[in-house]
Amino acid sequence: MDIDKRTQQLAARLSYIRDIFGPRENASVALLKHRLEEFLAAAPGYGMRELQVQVGRLEELFSLLEGKLEGELSPMDRVRIVRHPQRVSLKDILENVYDNYTEIGGQDEWSIDPGMLIARATIARRMGKKTVHQPVMVIGQEKGHGQEFRNGGSIKPWGNANALYYMRVAETENIPIHTYVFTPGAFPVEDYPGAAQQIAKNLYMMAGLKVPMVAVFSEGGSGGAEAIALADKRLMLSHGYYSVISPEGAAAIEGGLKDKATQELIERCAERLKITAEDNLRLGFIDRVIQEPPLGARPDNYEFFRNLRREVIRATDEVVHGAQGLGPLRALAMRRAKAGVDPQDIFVRWSLGSGARDGLVAKRYDKFRAMSRHALHDNRTMGTRLAVGLARGLWQVHSLLRHDIFAKYKRRLSGLLEQWEAELRVLGLGVGSLLGRDGAGTRLGVPKEALSRLTRLSCPEEGACRAEDAWGYVSPKSREDRTVTCPNAASHGCLDLWAPDLYGEFAGVCSHCGHHFPMEFQWYLYNVFDFANAYEFNAELESGNPLHYEGFDLKLAEAKRATGLGSSCITFETRMEDVAVVVAVLVSPFRGGTVGAAEGEKLIRAIERARIKRLPFFMYSHGTAGIRIQEGTCGVIQMPRVTMAVRRYIDAGGLYLVLYDTNSYAGPVASFLGCSPYQFAVRSSNIGFAGPGVIRETTGVSVPPKYHRAFSALSRGHIQGIWDRRDLRKNLHQALLTMGGSNLYYR
Amino acid sequence: MLNVKEMLEELKASPYEEIEVVTPHTGVVQFVGLKAGDRVAGPGGKWNEKPGTTLATLTREKNKKNICATQKGVVTDIAAQFEDKFVEAGVRLLTIRHFLSKDEVIARILKKALYLFCAPERAKYYFVPEIDGKIKAGGEQSVKPRDGMEMFIVSRMKRETPLAYTGPEGIIYAVYFQQGDNVDGGQPLIGVCQESQLSLIQDVVNRVQGEWEEQD
Repeated sequence: MDIDKRTQQLAARLSYIRDIFGPRENASVALLKHRLEEFLAAAPGYGMRELQVQVGRLEELFSLLEGKLEGELSPMDRVRIVRHPQRVSLKDILENVYDNYTEIGGQDEWSIDPGMLIARATIARRMGKKTVHQPVMVIGQEKGHGQEFRNGGSIKPWGNANALYYMRVAETENIPIHTYVFTPGAFPVEDYPGAAQQIAKNLYMMAGLKVPMVAVFSEGGSGGAEAIALADKRLMLSHGYYSVISPEGAAAIEGGLKDKATQELIERCAERLKITAEDNLRLGFIDRVIQEPPLGARPDNYEFFRNLRREVIRATDEVVHGAQGLGPLRALAMRRAKAGVDPQDIFVRWSLGSGARDGLVAKRYDKFRAMSRHALHDNRTMGTRLAVGLARGLWQVHSLLRHDIFAKYKRRLSGLLEQWEAELRVLGLGVGSLLGRDGAGTRLGVPKEALSRLTRLSCPEEGACRAEDAWGYVSPKSREDRTVTCPNAASHGCLDLWAPDLYGEFAGVCSHCGHHFPMEFQWYLYNVFDFANAYEFNAELESGNPLHYEGFDLKLAEAKRATGLGSSCITFETRMEDVAVVVAVLVSPFRGGTVGAAEGEKLIRAIERARIKRLPFFMYSHGTAGIRIQEGTCGVIQMPRVTMAVRRYIDAGGLYLVLYDTNSYAGPVASFLGCSPYQFAVRSSNIGFAGPGVIRETTGVSVPPKYHRAFSALSRGHIQGIWDRRDLRKNLHQALLTMGGSNLYYR
Repeated sequence: MLNVKEMLEELKASPYEEIEVVTPHTGVVQFVGLKAGDRVAGPGGKWNEKPGTTLATLTREKNKKNICATQKGVVTDIAAQFEDKFVEAGVRLLTIRHFLSKDEVIARILKKALYLFCAPERAKYYFVPEIDGKIKAGGEQSVKPRDGMEMFIVSRMKRETPLAYTGPEGIIYAVYFQQGDNVDGGQPLIGVCQESQLSLIQDVVNRVQGEWEEQD
C-alpha cells in the first residue's frame, strides 16, 4: 500500500518534470523515465524488503536529479513552472502562511471576479506569553490549480476595482496590505470601468495609500501585475517571472503578428526580456527573492510556506520600521534578523501613527523614483547637471517665497479689501436707490469700443477672412497634388478631398463628416503649443538598450536618425495665452510612441518641474503603442513611477490634463495617462488597453470595428470629452481657466 | 390579383440577380486580373466590416480606390476594353451574377404579394388588447385589418398613443416585431395579404423552402 503510494508520487514527480521541460530532450529526464519504467516492470518480481530498498533509491535519485535539473532551468521553463496547475496558489498561501482568514466577496465561482481573491487574514505574533493577532488585508489573483472559472488569474476591470475598494478599506482600518501577484496579465475588455482605466485608478490610489504594502510576485504579467503591486516592499518567489509582456506575445511581435511564433523564438524572447527573479533583483525592481524548493513550490512544500511567512512578516516589519522607527533594541534586532534571527520573535505593531503615514508615502515615492535610472543615456555634461540642480533649488526657494509666504499674506490682504469693497458697494447701492437714480447704466459698465465690437454684424472693409494664414505650421502632406478619400465616404457620402486643402486649411479634418486624419506631431507642437517660442528641457536624456536586447540598438539608432529625437518624449515649457504651462508630448513616429526608462524619467522631471514652478501640466499623447517591450521591466516600472509623480503633483494642487490623439493603447493609458481626472481626446482617435488583435487572441471574442473609438470611450466614461483639432488651443486655454487645483500660480 | 405561381416560375427560369458594377466617378480603370467565371465574395465578418473581393481599381487625382463586390456571385462579362483607360462616372465595368438564396426568393415573393405596414417612428409597439387577445387565441390570421382600424399602441418614453392601420383590407400574414422591443422607423410591423391568397402564398413559401436549390 505504502509502496504503491510512493510509486505514484514518483510518477507524478516525473510527469511534472516533463511538463516543465516541455518538448526539450534532457538526459536527466530520460534517465528518470528509464529508471522508473525499469522499476515498474521489475516490481512484481520483488519481495517487500527489496521493494522498499528500490523505491528508496529511486526517491534519492529523483531528489538528486531534481537538484541538478534546477540548475538547467531556462527562463521559459520558469514560465511553465509558474503556469503549471500544481503551482502554489493564493488559497494555499492563505491556508499555510496566515493563521486565520475570511474570504471577502467570493466563494469559488460566486464572486464579482473569481480570479481576484480578497481576504482578511491574521498573523499571530508572540509577545512573551501574550499572543497578538495582527490583521492584514490579503489581495491577490487566484489561479485555483486550473479551475476554469478563475480565468487563469486574468482579472477583469471590475475585479481590479474590487481590489482597490478593499485597499481603501484597509487604509481606513489602518492595517497593512499583502498582495500576491499571480497573473498572466489583465483581461483586456473596455466595459466600464475599463481594463486600462481601472489599472490606472489602482496605481493612482496605491501611490498615496497610507498603509504598509508588501507585494509578492509569482507571475507578474505587466499591467495586470501593476494593478496591485505598487508596494513598499516587493518580494519575488525564486521561480516566478515579472515581465512587460508574455514571451509568446513578445515573440508574436518580433516575428510579425501574422503567423504563430515558433517555440524557439518564444524561448529566445523569454531569455532576452530578463524576466526571472534573479534578473529583476539585479535590476533593482524587487527587494528580495524568496527561495523555493527545486523546480518550484507546490502546495505540499510546507518548509517553503514557513519561509514565506517569515519573509512577509519581516518585510512588513521593515516597512513599519522605515516609516515610524522602532525602539533601539528592536531596530538592532531587526538588523540582526538579516543575519538569520527569526523575525517572528521581534514584536512590531503594524498600525501606523498619523505622522508616519505621510512619511510612508514619501518613502514609497523615493523608492520608485530611484528605480531604472541606469536604463537611459544621460548625455548632459557635468556643468549642465550642476546648473539644472542649482536652478531647481532656486526655483524651490522662489516658489516658497512667492507662493507660500508672500502669496499667503497677499491673499489675506486682498480678501480683506474685497470684503470692504463689497460692503461699500452695498452702501452705494442703497444710497443710489435712495436718491432715485437708475443704476443700470453704471452696473453694466461695458467699454464703448467693446460694445461696438460685440454688436457689429460684419466688417467687410477688413477684407475677406483668409483662413490659409490660420496655421503657422503646414503639413508637408499638403504639398502633394492629389485627392484623399475619407474613410467614412461609404457611410457618410463624403466627397474626395484635395490634399492641399485637407492638410492645409482644413487641418486634416474632413469637411463633410468631421473625420480627423492623423497629422504630424509637429503640427500640434507649432500650431497648438507654440513650440517655436517654447523652452525645451531634458532633450539630452535619450533612450537606451538597458537589457542589451538583441538587435534593438540598430532599430533604436534608426528611430533616432529618422525622427531627430532622442526618445519618444518631448518635454517643454510654453505659454498658452499668457499662462505658462509644462507640456509633455509622446511622439508616435519614434518606436510607436512607446515608453521606456528615458521617457519615464523625462515625464517625471517635467511633472516635478510643473510642481515646483506651480505650472499646469499637459500631456499630449500623439500616439503610444504601450510600454517598450525591449526594455522589459525597465519599461513596465515606468507605470508606477510616473503615476506616483502625477499623484504627488495633483495632491500638491496642480492641473494635470491628458489629450489623446491617433492611437493610444496599453501601459501608458493604464497608468499615468488614464489616472488623470481630465482626459480629452482629439476626434477620431482610438483609446484602449489592448488592440483588437490581442483581444481576439486572449478572450476569443472579436470586437466591433469602432470598439476603441474616442466616442465609445466617452460613452463608457473613460474620457471626459472630445475636441476638434482646430479648437485645441482654445479648449486648452479654457481648461486652464476652469479646471485644476489651487496651487497654480495664475489662480 | 397577383399571380404568385407565375412569379415563382419566373424566378426559377432565372434564379439569379445581375448586379452591374459601375464606376462611381471618373478615373482610370485597372482590373485586378479577374476573369469571367471567377467567384467573388461580398462583404464579410460579423459586422460586415471586411469589404468584398476587389474587382477593379479606379484612380482619379492620384487617389487609387478599390471597387469591391457588394454581393457574392460569379463574374460575367468584363468590360476589358476600359483597362488603363479614363472613364466617365456610371460606366459599367463588369457584371456579377448573384444566385438568389432561399431567403432572398421568399423575401421577393412576399414583397410583391404582401402589403407591409411600417412603423412611423422608433418606438415600442404593442397590439391593442382586443387584437392581442385575438392573436393569442386564434393565431395571426384571425385578425382582419381594415383601413382606419385602431391596431397598435405606440409607446415612447412611457407615453402611449394609439396607431391606426392604413392600407388595403386583408388578413395578417406575418408579424415582424416583438412586443415590447424597440422598432426603428420604417421597419415593417405586419405584412397583410388578401384572404384569398393566403393559402397560395403559404404553399409557394413551403415549396421554395423545400425545392429551391441554392447555387454556391
